[in-house]
Amino acid sequence: MRREGSPFTGLSAVAMKEAADHMTSARMHLVMLLVILTAIGSIYAAIGQIKSTVGQDAFLFLHLFTTARQPLPSFVAFLGFLLPLIGIALGFDAVNGEYSRRTMSRILSQPIYRDALLAGKFLGGLLVIGICLVTLWLLVTGLGILTLGLPPTSEEILRGIAFLAASLAYAGVWLAVSMLFSTLFRSPSTSALAALTLWLLFTIFWGMLAPLVAGAIAPVDPFNPITVVHQAEWQQALARISPNTLYGEATTALLDPSTRSLGLIFLNQLQGALMGAPLPFEASALLIWPQLAGLIAAMVVVYTIAYVAFQRQEIRA
Amino acid sequence: MGEAVIEANGLTKRYDRAIAVEGLDLTIERGEVFGLLGPNGAGKTTTILLLLGLTEPTAGTVRVLGFDPLRDPLAVKRRVGYLPDAVGFYDTMTARENLSYTARLGGIARAEAAMRIDDALQRVRLADVAERRVATFSRGMRQRLGIADLLVKACEVAILDEPTSGLDPQSTQELLDLIGKLSREGMTIVLSSHLLGMVQTVCTRVALFHRGKVGLVGRVSDLAAKVLGGAFVVEIEADGCDIVAALDGLDGVTRATVAGSGLVRIDATRDVRGDVARRVVASGGDLKRLSMDRSSLDEVYVNYFEQVAHAA
Repeated sequence: MRREGSPFTGLSAVAMKEAADHMTSARMHLVMLLVILTAIGSIYAAIGQIKSTVGQDAFLFLHLFTTARQPLPSFVAFLGFLLPLIGIALGFDAVNGEYSRRTMSRILSQPIYRDALLAGKFLGGLLVIGICLVTLWLLVTGLGILTLGLPPTSEEILRGIAFLAASLAYAGVWLAVSMLFSTLFRSPSTSALAALTLWLLFTIFWGMLAPLVAGAIAPVDPFNPITVVHQAEWQQALARISPNTLYGEATTALLDPSTRSLGLIFLNQLQGALMGAPLPFEASALLIWPQLAGLIAAMVVVYTIAYVAFQRQEIRA
Repeated sequence: MGEAVIEANGLTKRYDRAIAVEGLDLTIERGEVFGLLGPNGAGKTTTILLLLGLTEPTAGTVRVLGFDPLRDPLAVKRRVGYLPDAVGFYDTMTARENLSYTARLGGIARAEAAMRIDDALQRVRLADVAERRVATFSRGMRQRLGIADLLVKACEVAILDEPTSGLDPQSTQELLDLIGKLSREGMTIVLSSHLLGMVQTVCTRVALFHRGKVGLVGRVSDLAAKVLGGAFVVEIEADGCDIVAALDGLDGVTRATVAGSGLVRIDATRDVRGDVARRVVASGGDLKRLSMDRSSLDEVYVNYFEQVAHAA
């Protein structure tokens, strides 16, 4: 049966309202405070490191993001860890919060489809994350200009923008995951816990699990060297189920132009390559294309599951 | 009168095996205040959700203002306002912000919406707290804000689910007055309740729900006639005569029972007060009190469900 009227009626109203809500919520302020503090900490550490080791390097600005000095991890490592937290904070009570505030049936009795409500919430969340990421990036760039005394080159800006896009897709995956849990579980605390559990699983335990599982699936035969390759391939494939792995690989290739490959590489494939020579931006973009596509696909798939679950839900109370 | 705004035919809704609404036929006409009446779990809220297209019927059809809520839900929801049971608002936003959000969802232009919101807040007497956060509002204020929501929407039909549940008597009266005003301005109102006294004072017609079915539909007085036999209940207090004997054979009296010392309750099919007074006085009694109660819906309700239970 076909329904009349556009499913996008009211979409922008919902998205703008959600974005405004997030911007003023104490929850968002806390998470952003955490992110900004860690960002400033890691950038200062990176600047110290860069200043003490600086030589001839065409991509000084990019080093701001990737350089780590003990005991602090680099800025991108921090983001890989904290971006999911932002996504979860923005989404974990998206749908069940409307039920517990008893606003759901009133909102759905307005002339909008459920599509607009869910999509609006998702887009509103993405918008806020986007604004935060751009702010952070400008902050880091500004700190870099102040302390290093160099403006970024156009190539660095291009890579920075691509890095922002990858970060947005990565945070979008986690926003979609937390919104999925918020449709599946009626209590916001349950959905928050479920999302945090998945986050810990992927950021901390997945790196330990992948080699174990790969070892079980493709055991290494000491007399057959190709089994080592098989196991490594399995391990990498399994690790790439985690969005954190995909994001890590994408940022590595984008922010370190000398990255030539993200997987196994044989010596004969390196023939004629200038080791350590930077790749042009297009080549790096080509390299991370599968990772970026994977992140966006994961975001779309998880959102679709949430969408179907939400559409089938009974709106009582 | 006469134009049907809501028509339901054979409406049925099952959740797994549980039946929420079964074979519901209902016609509600323009300008009515229609009461959906029944105990909790009788299918009132499900019926409302079906009318709005918020849930899909297992069988049967609905037309609301000529539209099918399943095929064209936006057209229905644009013209029909819904005030859910224990309505919720966004606590961190002010009353005005809440209303302007729903106005934006309804696609009302900004300037027009601002005017309607001022007007609506004025009418529900919330104008002086318009800039306060809804978190500080009492239950009665929230309910009035819900009515303001309907006013901003300027809907033709308003569906109110248990509008007075959990309100103190004063807030209840205030809300009922508001509902009465809206009705006089031409809004069709459907309200559900298990509070019969309240329904009786505002509704032109009621439908009695029982286990997902509509048992009876009609005016309160007609229902009373149907269920209780007599639509009029007269109480008389007199000394110095046998009232019951005096009333013997009086046309229209179906039953006269002694309810206390000198107090007699008369069930009648018409207004028999004049005749009763003459008879009592004629037989030498001192008439002390004579009052008529339109038989209350409570009794209809209790009697009806007793009958249903007996039949089952």
